[in-house]
Amino acid sequence: MANKKRHLMLGNLACVHGAIYAGMRFFAGYPITPSTEVAEGCARELPKIGGKFIQMEDEIGSIAAIIGASIAGLKSMTATSGPGYSLMVENIGYAYMTETPVVIFNVQRGGPSTGMPTKGSQSDTMQARWGTHGDYTAIAVAPSTVQECLTETIRAFNLAERFRTPVAVLLDEVIAHSREMITIPEKGEYEVFDRVKPTCKPEDYAPFEMTPNGVSPMAGFGEGYRYNVTGLTHDPMGFTTNNPAEVSPKLDKLRNKILDYRDETVKMRTEMMDDAEVAFISYGSVSRAALQAVMLARKAGVKVGTVQLYTIWPFPEKQLAEICSRCKKVIVGELNMGQIVLEVERIFGKEKEIHTIQRYDGEFLTPMQLLEKLDEVL
Amino acid sequence: MATVKETDKAEKQKSDVMLQYLRPKKKFPSVWCAGCGNGAVMGAIIRAIDKLGYTKDEVVMVSGIGCSSRLPVYLDFSSLHTTHGRALPYATGVKFAKPHLKVIVITGDGDALAIGGNHFIHACRRNIDITAILINNFIYGMTGGQGSPTTPSQAFSTTTPYGNVEKHFNPSELAMAAGATFVGRTTVYHVPQMEKMITQALEHKGFSLVEAVSNCHTYFGRLNRQGDPVAMLKMFKEQAVPAARAKNMTPEELEGKLVTGVLLDIEKTEFCDEYQKVVDAHRGDK
Amino acid sequence: MSDSETAGKTDSKPARKRKYDYSSGPPPLEINMKWCKACNICIALCPQQVFEPDRDGKPVIARPDDCTQCTICWVHCPDFAITSNYK
Repeated sequence: MANKKRHLMLGNLACVHGAIYAGMRFFAGYPITPSTEVAEGCARELPKIGGKFIQMEDEIGSIAAIIGASIAGLKSMTATSGPGYSLMVENIGYAYMTETPVVIFNVQRGGPSTGMPTKGSQSDTMQARWGTHGDYTAIAVAPSTVQECLTETIRAFNLAERFRTPVAVLLDEVIAHSREMITIPEKGEYEVFDRVKPTCKPEDYAPFEMTPNGVSPMAGFGEGYRYNVTGLTHDPMGFTTNNPAEVSPKLDKLRNKILDYRDETVKMRTEMMDDAEVAFISYGSVSRAALQAVMLARKAGVKVGTVQLYTIWPFPEKQLAEICSRCKKVIVGELNMGQIVLEVERIFGKEKEIHTIQRYDGEFLTPMQLLEKLDEVL
Repeated sequence: MATVKETDKAEKQKSDVMLQYLRPKKKFPSVWCAGCGNGAVMGAIIRAIDKLGYTKDEVVMVSGIGCSSRLPVYLDFSSLHTTHGRALPYATGVKFAKPHLKVIVITGDGDALAIGGNHFIHACRRNIDITAILINNFIYGMTGGQGSPTTPSQAFSTTTPYGNVEKHFNPSELAMAAGATFVGRTTVYHVPQMEKMITQALEHKGFSLVEAVSNCHTYFGRLNRQGDPVAMLKMFKEQAVPAARAKNMTPEELEGKLVTGVLLDIEKTEFCDEYQKVVDAHRGDK
Repeated sequence: MSDSETAGKTDSKPARKRKYDYSSGPPPLEINMKWCKACNICIALCPQQVFEPDRDGKPVIARPDDCTQCTICWVHCPDFAITSNYK
């Protein structure tokens, strides 16, 4: 392990390697800047391992194909950017309702609409939570380095399989298009989780059975279990129902299977928070600048720390509150017009001073800008 | 109608086969209106699958949204009832992931040709080995009778209350132009033909389309004064013209007629097979 | 009625030999009345007029011996409400 091979790799391609490591064997996608390298990487790599790649006619076809492939039993993913994600949301809702694990990369660019295809942002963060209609609970993760593109992708697949739900990987274009030295893990170095399969007799199988942890065993089509999947509200057999006594439990299941176990989804990195009076809260590329800013500020004696969110959704309310308990002020840094800051305001209310530094002109927040903000706030 | 030979063969058929394929634990009768042609299509599909000897585990039925799309849930196969217009890409995902599965798409005129139009032409173009059964009732039945891309010019629907000013698609011609390699058209009156055509479509390697013209007497029939189910079935009988005879008829003679039969049956390389060749050539590459 | 009056009326086709003898044993067809929706298709399409509608419009097998086992009724039935007991 000491002399593991290092590669200079593009962020988007590191995602491909992470996915392959996690067992992904089906990709369907549509070219869109700045995510296209993920598709191209899959086109090259998947045949080498007996996987399947298809370029679909549009993003809606892409999300549909990966859900179909997952129901047929393969771990599947797609990659897109804001405009493509917007097209996909209806069918992401289908994945929520049918409890189908899939991973969707959103390499965020300037929006709204066509926006700035070649410039980064974090402006789809709220969309990852609320994009599709109806009631559901989302899971979304955000890497900040090329190595994390690989490791967070493995984690995204594990979360998708563990909770039988779609998971979004939110990259900013900056990270996706950076090249950094990485190592590709050996087999067994990271845990890879596979969906739980049924062991009952086929005639007894209920695909959406209420289980103690809310996650029903999932058989792939053609594996000996025949069942119905529908986007209409349904009973544990997968048969359509409007009956209030059956609809509420189903929707509760979609929420509770994740929120009752939300601690399993939380991942954060905290630096210099032990005695911090002010904290930066950020994710993705902003966290790299925040870490630099905090290191410089500490040299000047400022009691500041940084919290990096790896899991954005479900928002880590409890853990964030705990880690910031000694802080009187927080500064939320984002490449958008203030999205995660709304969550921070929701959980901290009036008990802390909540500041925000936002950049949405396609450039990234620099350590200097963060330090200037810190000055203001102090 | 049927020749003597076919009648003899049909007489040997028993109806028992039908009930063996209905989904246990699912409530019957179906949600469709009394006399809806969808049921006849479902029966023809069952008999075709039974004749071909597919196992229940290897058949996957995928549908979109609409009355036709309610079909798969009633049958004892793996069934995937998806979103409006998207049955074909979902089916593409299932088939491409597990090519040994027999994937059948059930769709309608609105589902496949309006919202699903893009996916329709690309599934044809790709020539992926999926059989699509498009139940064309010239209307959006499930949502209460709105016009569809196949609603004939001048016909009435709830969104064309003064007569349809638009022109309409011919789904079979569209499929052929887009690259489908088996295309057939039949009606829910011509059940033996429909069963035979579905059998051929299932056996065909590549993208096959069976367009089954059907009666929505509840909306299209009522709004256009076409009568009850029996009257509409008899109308389909009158309107149907076999393709061989239609070849020698003028456009004026074909006005208001339905050209039926197998319209195209050719062989071209199939998508999953071609991709497998790529995998075989590059597997294990560094 | 005299022969000249009956000729050409009810017996417009010559009296034919019944194809199958259903005078004993189960009838050629059974109707599942729970599934039947009284759509009238089987009654109208049967070439031998084997069925008559009951007061709900559902088919009753009025002339079992006229059944030629052509299968038209049950292949058209949208609700699989007709099962055959063919000889």
